[in-house]
Amino acid sequence: MQLPSSQDIIDDLAFFDDWEQRYQYIIDLGKALPGLPEEARTADRLVKGCQSQVWLVSRSQNGRLQFDVDSDAIIVQGLLALVLAAYNDKTPRQILDFDIDQYFEALDLERHITPTRGNGLRAIVAKINGLARNAVH
Amino acid sequence: MSLDVTALRQQFPILKTQIDGKPLIYLDNAATTQKPQAVIDALVEFYTTCNANVHRGSHHLSDEATRRYEKARTTVARFINANVNEEVIWTSGTTESLNIVAHGLAQKLQSGDEVIITEMEHHANLVTWQQACIKSGASLVVIPISEDGELDLAKFKAALNNRTKLVAFPHVSNALGTINPIKEMTAMAKAAGALVSVDGAQGIAHGGVDVQAIGCDFYSFSGHKLFGPTGIGCLWGRKDVLEDWPIWQTGGEMIADVEYQQTTFGTLPFRLEAGTPNISGAIGMAAAIDWFMGLDQHAIQTHEKALLTRANELAADMQGLRLIGTAKNKVGIMSFLLDGAHPADIGFILDRQGIAIRTGDNCAQPLMKRLNIPGTARASFSIYNTIEEVEAFFRALKKAQTMLA
Repeated sequence: MQLPSSQDIIDDLAFFDDWEQRYQYIIDLGKALPGLPEEARTADRLVKGCQSQVWLVSRSQNGRLQFDVDSDAIIVQGLLALVLAAYNDKTPRQILDFDIDQYFEALDLERHITPTRGNGLRAIVAKINGLARNAVH
Repeated sequence: MSLDVTALRQQFPILKTQIDGKPLIYLDNAATTQKPQAVIDALVEFYTTCNANVHRGSHHLSDEATRRYEKARTTVARFINANVNEEVIWTSGTTESLNIVAHGLAQKLQSGDEVIITEMEHHANLVTWQQACIKSGASLVVIPISEDGELDLAKFKAALNNRTKLVAFPHVSNALGTINPIKEMTAMAKAAGALVSVDGAQGIAHGGVDVQAIGCDFYSFSGHKLFGPTGIGCLWGRKDVLEDWPIWQTGGEMIADVEYQQTTFGTLPFRLEAGTPNISGAIGMAAAIDWFMGLDQHAIQTHEKALLTRANELAADMQGLRLIGTAKNKVGIMSFLLDGAHPADIGFILDRQGIAIRTGDNCAQPLMKRLNIPGTARASFSIYNTIEEVEAFFRALKKAQTMLA
């Protein structure tokens, strides 16, 4: 699937005027994001979230990092799509230079699903940044 | 007489909270209950008028603080029908109470001994005994439950033998809501010569706990699930058992005579209460009990049953909803799953509608594994919840179901 760009997502979310539409948009993003096959959801790829499980697989292609993710919760999966829109198919340097906090702020997500809440998003962001740092060195 | 829920709710300031313009519907009462004004006032009043350390005796404030603190112990002792006040040990909550018992038990156990628990344990009533067994070489025996979430009493009885040193079970299951037949189970375990420890965390708020009638040796509970403050709870234990129970923490308050190379420990209850206690917490917990006992007990029980009955009716009408825990004898705890929806997703969407529920493993990972589910969504009702709130919860749940479909 072609992920929308991070700017597309910011624009899309700003367009909606009620929470149900925003949530539905995130749920639909989550559904559209291909998950991981069962056999790829291994313990070593599990990123500790809080209320749901999140798996992350990464690989490097032509100097760019590619990520596949999955979560057992669809809203978390949708939030992961937001994160991947920012990070997928980017060079390690681009990943490290990306201001994720400003991005989350621009998304203007409601506090219920904001990534600072214990929903595993922070852990994914930290993991991706760690992979990018390793790739730079 | 039926309960005036509107008047009752007015005593809970937090219930006036609005979340995103919607009134808070608080259905996470099994995690902690809200506090009535009477409890909040008792805490403020203590710090405003008589804060001092207790049992130091040398001045007016200390005498007054000690008097109120020990009066709080009497309130708890009467509430659970303890034989004597010294049987009530203040703790930080159910978890510490269970740890006092398990820590002491570990010193008494040896290889070949057995400790019995059930499949429906909260981690606090599992890891404690498991670790006591690991330390001592004793075996942990786990009694199975049925698909409904009821304990298999025949297997429970069959597991008891002369190697059984202690039997631990919850009064009420936090994840399933099951009320266990604790008198019957205690009688069976006592007949086998075992000590009996009841985890009363979820049982205490549902009224009528009489430790003498139960016949157990230990009953543990927390203040915060009984409309009282967090950080305070009790271990009740039979005097003859607690009198020489291995000491828990050492320090001030729990001693009689101290020399450099040895100490004579104090007597009950102080020998199990080292250091400055949670004085305001104890006073707040007693205020909660006084407040609770001032309610018409029959009316609140009828109201709690009505909430669960209405929830069960609406659950039965909802396609794709599966209840987890359908014991015949239940408190107002409703764990459930929705087809195709992860509990965390349900929680997110209910939260956005001002509704607080619990999602996840309910601090009972082995139980979730036993039931072959990742976790549940759990709504738990208390006496200040209304039938309208139960109905609003199901409307919100239907919205979640539609959005997630």
